[in-house]
Amino acid sequence: MSGERHAFRTRAIHVGNERDPATGAIVPPIHVASTFVLPGAGEPSEFDYSRTGTPTRQRLETTVASLEGGCGALAYASGMAATHGAMLLLKHGDHVIAGTDIYGGTYRLLHKVLVSSGISVTLADTRSPEALEAARRPETKLLWLESPGNPLLSITDLAPCVAWAHQHGMLVGVDNTFASPVLTRPLELGADIVMHSATKYLGGHSDALGGILVVRDPELHRRLHYLQNAVGNVLGPWDSYLIQRGIKTLELRVREQCRTAQRLAEFLASHPRIERTLYPGLPQHPGHDIATRQMDGGYGAMISFEVAGDFAAAKRVVEGTELFQLAVSLGAVESLIEQPASMSHASYDRADRLKHGIRDSLVRLSVGLEAFEDLRDDLDQALRKI
Amino acid sequence: MTSAPSNGPSDSDSSGTAPCTFPGNLSTLAVHAGEDRQKPTHSLTDPIVCASTYSFANTQAVIDYIRNKERRGEYGRYGSPNEWAVEKKLAALEGGEEAIVYASGMAAIVGLLMAKLSAGDEVVFFDECYHRSREFCTKHLSRYGVVTHQVRACDYDAMERAIGPKTKLLVSESPTNPHLSVVDLERFAGLGRKHGVDTLIDATLATPYNLRPLAFGVDYVLHSATKYLGGHNDLLAGAIIGSAAKLQEVRKLRGILGGINSAHNLYLLERGLKTFELRMERHNRNGQAVAEFLANHPRVEKVLYPGLPTHPGHELAKRQMRGFGGLITFMVKDADWRATADVVDRARIARIAPSLGGVESLIEQPLVMSYFEVPVEDRKRFGIPDNMIRLACGIEDTQDLIDDLAQALQG
Repeated sequence: MSGERHAFRTRAIHVGNERDPATGAIVPPIHVASTFVLPGAGEPSEFDYSRTGTPTRQRLETTVASLEGGCGALAYASGMAATHGAMLLLKHGDHVIAGTDIYGGTYRLLHKVLVSSGISVTLADTRSPEALEAARRPETKLLWLESPGNPLLSITDLAPCVAWAHQHGMLVGVDNTFASPVLTRPLELGADIVMHSATKYLGGHSDALGGILVVRDPELHRRLHYLQNAVGNVLGPWDSYLIQRGIKTLELRVREQCRTAQRLAEFLASHPRIERTLYPGLPQHPGHDIATRQMDGGYGAMISFEVAGDFAAAKRVVEGTELFQLAVSLGAVESLIEQPASMSHASYDRADRLKHGIRDSLVRLSVGLEAFEDLRDDLDQALRKI
Repeated sequence: MTSAPSNGPSDSDSSGTAPCTFPGNLSTLAVHAGEDRQKPTHSLTDPIVCASTYSFANTQAVIDYIRNKERRGEYGRYGSPNEWAVEKKLAALEGGEEAIVYASGMAAIVGLLMAKLSAGDEVVFFDECYHRSREFCTKHLSRYGVVTHQVRACDYDAMERAIGPKTKLLVSESPTNPHLSVVDLERFAGLGRKHGVDTLIDATLATPYNLRPLAFGVDYVLHSATKYLGGHNDLLAGAIIGSAAKLQEVRKLRGILGGINSAHNLYLLERGLKTFELRMERHNRNGQAVAEFLANHPRVEKVLYPGLPTHPGHELAKRQMRGFGGLITFMVKDADWRATADVVDRARIARIAPSLGGVESLIEQPLVMSYFEVPVEDRKRFGIPDNMIRLACGIEDTQDLIDDLAQALQG
């Protein structure tokens, strides 16, 4: 199926899932071979060694490239492996600007790992052109964005950031995990690299780890593939298959999860035990107008809120739900709850956390596929335990 | 799941005219029912336990197991943790007490028939049914002295006349395959009650999202879980749901016959069920829209789809179903078998394959796919004309499916 003329949902099912020519199987086989027999010594072949590529991984990459509007994609062992895969483009002396509202693991990679390779980083509020300009150095090579941000759900206006960065010769990478390609497609807004923790919405069932990079430029794809093959942090065939299977229901899941999240956010915003609800779908959210423009028909299924209380009060809430399960990660059919200060953002230094607005009373929700009424009642009973 | 909230049925999503209610929180059940909230090693999802056998701490533990009959692993053929999780989830979705899963839909119906029928017993079928179910009864159950009567689908008087003192089971599909006739479950279950005969409905085409046979008093619901329940065209499975008492001997026989499923498949089935409600909403919407498109197309002679007002079972379907699924059967106008095959061959999204209920749309010509070597008079009797196409709508974009059929019919 040529594909590109079809709707997102149709492509999610068919592109990269062409009928298996060998057997006719409606679902392509899972190729687990670690190596491939070559036609002759030194003769090129589509697949040779599975670190370089496998049919199963390639199918997933083809699907995600189509959904993000890229020329190609690369699948990694985890979201962090993918982020690292992009950062491998940097060399000693380079500088990175990243948002203040980003995943704790990315923060850790930049501040505690890459720094030892002589790569420096400045975090900036990517909502503010002045803050970006203040962070810029002559040696800035990469701008790394996340929208909505994690865990504060801040909305960055991607297109102007990309234009500014390109003007100054930077590459732009966007961690699109929270929005998913259903809602936002950063390559269409000019970004160079899109990164996904495919563990989240793409896989969607809490049962596979994976990361993806998608790019617009074939030359950049070739360079990233070279680095991936050299470093070897690739995605295995079983997880490739499970993630690809999950993508077939991606749009249905994300749209339903957005609808439920919107209703839950409205409920939480008027709850007496909650001080502040952070959800881009609420009109009072500072990024609401940008999100309406930048996110296609939904505001995502992540909600953060600050309880009226301290660290202990937030801890009681996250430990007091029955349907929302206490776990890091997000984006799956099961609803999850967590406290960033003690879980997803514990890898930040506390002072840095507070500086960036991540308070001890913050609770983060990942809204799953359960019925709205069940989720609302569960949160309500947990909040009454404060 | 022991802590599942609001397990009870609610009618918040039901159509209003349906005599039975559909659970308003089907999606919560689909995600959580049947699973322990806290799992071994605290993993969020169920582990895949592919062990063929299970060990005991010591001899006393074996003796305790035999005496207490507690549910635990013994030998893989008697059950496994992945199987228990799926069975509990399916029972919850269907509103039944217990479910038994099998290696395939056929393994499930054969498992039930073998458990419930003995030499000299009789079974009465409505004749519109999956051809392999019919074949098993007429060619194989007969070898064990079981007599099969087939009566015209939805002819309740004929079914009642066929019931004798040795009749043990009444069997039907609803909707039927491929004619999509709708069986009046109140009348069907009523016949069983009146004559003290068990009733079985194969609800594969409806699924518990659209139809709840147990609520009408039907004794057993059968599913080819390969279809909508698994939903991704990547596993085979079957299931029977009913009361624990009636299924006890069925489960025992499965342990002897061995038609069990594997842990890997069962995990995929459990995973597929998590998006069951979303997928069914989309299958229903695509089915209805595509059926309406076909009904208005000049090259289409006739469309069989319970959601169309022209369908003879439409009023009944509206009363007892929530939606009408993704399967559509239609006849191409003034087309012989070859011209019909050309339409099938021109489809670009739907692929030519048997089966249905997965995210990918499938298309087939029953004459070619299932009845190619069946004599013409038999095909006539089973109602399989040369110009019949069966289309299983997946969950692709509705307009893409319609555009594709439009070009396939144009050619």
